[in-house]
Amino acid sequence: MTEPKTKDSHLSVNVWRGGNEGELVNYQVPARENQTVLDVITEIQRFQQPDLAYRFACRVGVCGSCAMTVNGLPRWTCRTHIKKVVDNGQLTVEPLRNLPRIKDLVCDLEPFIDTWKKAGAPFSGSRTRYDPPANIKPDSPLRQAADAGLQCINCAVCYSACDVVHWNRDYVGPAALNRAWTLVNDVRHAKRQETFEKAFSENGCQSCHSHGNCTRHCPIQLNPSESITGLKKMVFKGLPKEDKK
Amino acid sequence: MHPLRSHKSYLASIGHRVSGVALAVFLPFHFLLLSTAINGADAMDEYLTLAEMLPVKIAEWGLVTLLAAHLFFGIRVLLLEFTHWPRRINRYAAWIVPCTIATILIATLFIIRVY
Repeated sequence: MTEPKTKDSHLSVNVWRGGNEGELVNYQVPARENQTVLDVITEIQRFQQPDLAYRFACRVGVCGSCAMTVNGLPRWTCRTHIKKVVDNGQLTVEPLRNLPRIKDLVCDLEPFIDTWKKAGAPFSGSRTRYDPPANIKPDSPLRQAADAGLQCINCAVCYSACDVVHWNRDYVGPAALNRAWTLVNDVRHAKRQETFEKAFSENGCQSCHSHGNCTRHCPIQLNPSESITGLKKMVFKGLPKEDKK
Repeated sequence: MHPLRSHKSYLASIGHRVSGVALAVFLPFHFLLLSTAINGADAMDEYLTLAEMLPVKIAEWGLVTLLAAHLFFGIRVLLLEFTHWPRRINRYAAWIVPCTIATILIATLFIIRVY
């Protein structure tokens, strides 16, 4: 870790302490040439506040577990350079929005995971290990549609960014509907019709207001909003047929 | 404003919603006025004299402006959701300026033509 250039070169970092009830606590952290928001939080925990709770694992933008609210916007803290977000030497870090807070920067992801089940998300295979693998052409339209949303790693950034979730916690949210979109386009999924119906049930895709916050904030540039509008279009088209070519 | 809401497409969406709610408040009065025609021209004319009052004129202008905003921003939502957009394009930023211009145009035309 490089030392700060001057003693005065510090960041003023407000960090949420407590659960659903709590307050922002200010810490002065040395400003360095290269540091991410996760580095700053780690430095506070290591040197100033040992009982500060926060989540991280990979530190390189693979696992998505370090997602937090930075200056009001949901981000992966490991992939957010301080220079990108610092505002006049100030930084505010809170847990993700729209989820119950457990302690400090850690929120309870269970309501988010539950939305996946509500939207019909678990994959259900139709073949056994003794059957040959399904012959899926990578360039077929259905596979392309499914692939477009497949890289989601459940970081809950889109769920946190969504204002409809903020208004109505029963709305399943963009990540679950994006998952449903990948499944209704996956011909190997045995319960496509069931997933389709769940995605359309109350608080499903038709509750989306197309603000586009999910797409705007997705750290890996997925487009959950496109998946949701794809589901909405199925009102007219019905469940997509299996590719013939 | 919350940073998650300080972008044009959010404002467009809220504008569409608020104009819809405001129309729901306005339209019953509008239909009430129209319904007076059932009782003959005199009954309607009696109510139409109200339309000469400045506050009523301003309310009428507001009604037309809201209707235009709701129409154009509603068409925008349909275009966003039911037409194909390449993924590289930020569809949410699209159509906001044309819809705003069209709404202002209708509002201005109404002022010019009616007053």
